[in-house]
Amino acid sequence: MTQNYEKLPHDAFTRIPRDTQEAEKISKPSVSFWQDAWRSLKKNKGAIISLILFGLIVLMSFIGPLISPYEPNDQIITHANLPPKVPVIENLGIMDGVGTLGGREVDMYELKNVEQNYWFGTDGLGRDMFSRVWKGTQVSLFIAFVAAAIDMLIGVIYGGISGYFGGRVDDVMQRIVEILTGIPNLVVVILFILIMDPGILAIIIALTITGWTGMSRVVRGQVLKYKNQEFVLAARTLGASDTRIIWKHLMPNVLGVIIINTMFTIPGAIFFEAFLSFIGLGLQAPDASLGTLINDGYKLIQYQPHILLFPAVVLSLIMIAFNLIGDGLRDALDPKMKD
Amino acid sequence: MAEKLVEIKNLKQHFNVGKANEVKAVDGITFDIYKGETLGLVGESGCGKSTTGRSIIRLYDATDGQVLYEGESVHGKKNKTDLKKFNRKMQMIFQDPYASLNQRMKVMDIIAEGIDIHGLAKNASDRKKMVYDLLETVGLNKEHANRYPHEFSGGQRQRLGIARALAVDPDFIIADEPISALDVSIQAQVVNLLKELQEEKGLTYLFIAHDLSMVKYISDRIGVMYFGKLVELAPADELYANPMHPYTQSLLSAIPLPDPNYERNRTRKAYDPAVHNYADGEDVKMREVSPNHFVDCSEKEFAELQDRLAAKK
Repeated sequence: MTQNYEKLPHDAFTRIPRDTQEAEKISKPSVSFWQDAWRSLKKNKGAIISLILFGLIVLMSFIGPLISPYEPNDQIITHANLPPKVPVIENLGIMDGVGTLGGREVDMYELKNVEQNYWFGTDGLGRDMFSRVWKGTQVSLFIAFVAAAIDMLIGVIYGGISGYFGGRVDDVMQRIVEILTGIPNLVVVILFILIMDPGILAIIIALTITGWTGMSRVVRGQVLKYKNQEFVLAARTLGASDTRIIWKHLMPNVLGVIIINTMFTIPGAIFFEAFLSFIGLGLQAPDASLGTLINDGYKLIQYQPHILLFPAVVLSLIMIAFNLIGDGLRDALDPKMKD
Repeated sequence: MAEKLVEIKNLKQHFNVGKANEVKAVDGITFDIYKGETLGLVGESGCGKSTTGRSIIRLYDATDGQVLYEGESVHGKKNKTDLKKFNRKMQMIFQDPYASLNQRMKVMDIIAEGIDIHGLAKNASDRKKMVYDLLETVGLNKEHANRYPHEFSGGQRQRLGIARALAVDPDFIIADEPISALDVSIQAQVVNLLKELQEEKGLTYLFIAHDLSMVKYISDRIGVMYFGKLVELAPADELYANPMHPYTQSLLSAIPLPDPNYERNRTRKAYDPAVHNYADGEDVKMREVSPNHFVDCSEKEFAELQDRLAAKK
């Protein structure tokens, strides 16, 4: 074999010099962390569908009460307990205004001589369920978002200070958190509702008074993890101030976890609000939230199932959508899922 | 020898002082670093090499002792301008090229961090130009400025770390195991870059490592640490030719050589601190056995070592 090589003509070969600059070249396009996260989120079909669905629900919660000709709290007693009726869909045999009366199926709209259509029907006081459901969604989402935002603000600041400064400050702050989490949530909430007038404000305060501890713990853990990383030490040897280290180095790294945590706080808050309203500690009549609507509806589940159905479906959709979005975001943002 | 740049006097760094789990990471070490030299610091894992480096650059507040930089104390209370002055003179290169660069920042901002903090650039285009120059200095090019650290290889990242340290134009660089996380083929690249930079800019290095052959290649003098103490300090060749402290001898006996004849006969010496058999109250400290060769020993051992040295000659 070796002899064969020597027989090869020398001029058939040219030398290709190695270019050192070429060796340093990176051909991959430059992608930032957020672009990369968005790319992997886009691949997650469940999360994207949920995102669209959730967008539609938010949109409807704002335009729903507007496109309905009735105000959410207007009572028309003569139109009470009407089943849902939607113009085109009624031909399919559902939502055609037919309800049970004394064991017989009758068209309630004809019976009560109602000209208008109520898409989601009406409740026992003749209020339009369509506008009430969307108004209730709006209130529930508002409470959840405000509660989550306050949780995030307090939790990030508290956890950040506790983790960054450490030592005795951390010890004292963590003991306070432990005491707060040691008190049963429901007891605190009931005490709050007793002192304050029931309403949106009382619920938001009740949700946030202990809710921020989860966020503060997560942020503290992350800050503890990052503050001794070499890139932070490098910034310190360059003379970076605490403010600079917190905003330029720690925050961008912790942000992903903060977002994920918030995405799981929001459905929790919606659920807890619905729960409070359901047991009668939440919003008071005539204001509607998804919880109060479900509370009203379950009493009539046998005779007027539509009153329970619509708010329950919207609540379930929000919960599923949020959990799927949260899962997708966690997969996209969590560095542990990466190479 | 040349003038002293850094003097470390009886530096102590203890953690959890007064508690049951107190750790004496660095326990009273004294040495000088001369201008323009490379001082290698070797020792086994956990013996306090990195802690020494970090205490010198003030990442930890020293428990006791002094670090003098050009005659001025580094530790102790300082106002902001004095601190910044020190930060510009002393810089550090870190061990882990993956953890030492912020993943969320572009290379441009990582390297320009020192420039921003110390206000070294007059305007945005000046800043850009400085970063491009630094990238070129470490063998990268300006197209790399708009990329994120995760796109680079280990060796490239380590060079980015060097560029970041060079941005503030320091005189003294502490290299904390800068090559131990790199592939062998890349190690030489980084070490040669450090050597070139030293010649070009007259830098002084404190080179912390545990790869003895690499330390010998880059260092002028070598210090050997054992359990928070410096046990031997000598010029590189002298230390390898004539190790005096039993721990140094043990350490050197562990170096493998790609020579089968040598390897067949190489015996590894174990080090047992009990061999010293120090009596209570015996004064154990660094003593100059031969010119520039310091060994941590007692009065008795000192005499023995000198006898042995005389016998050799």
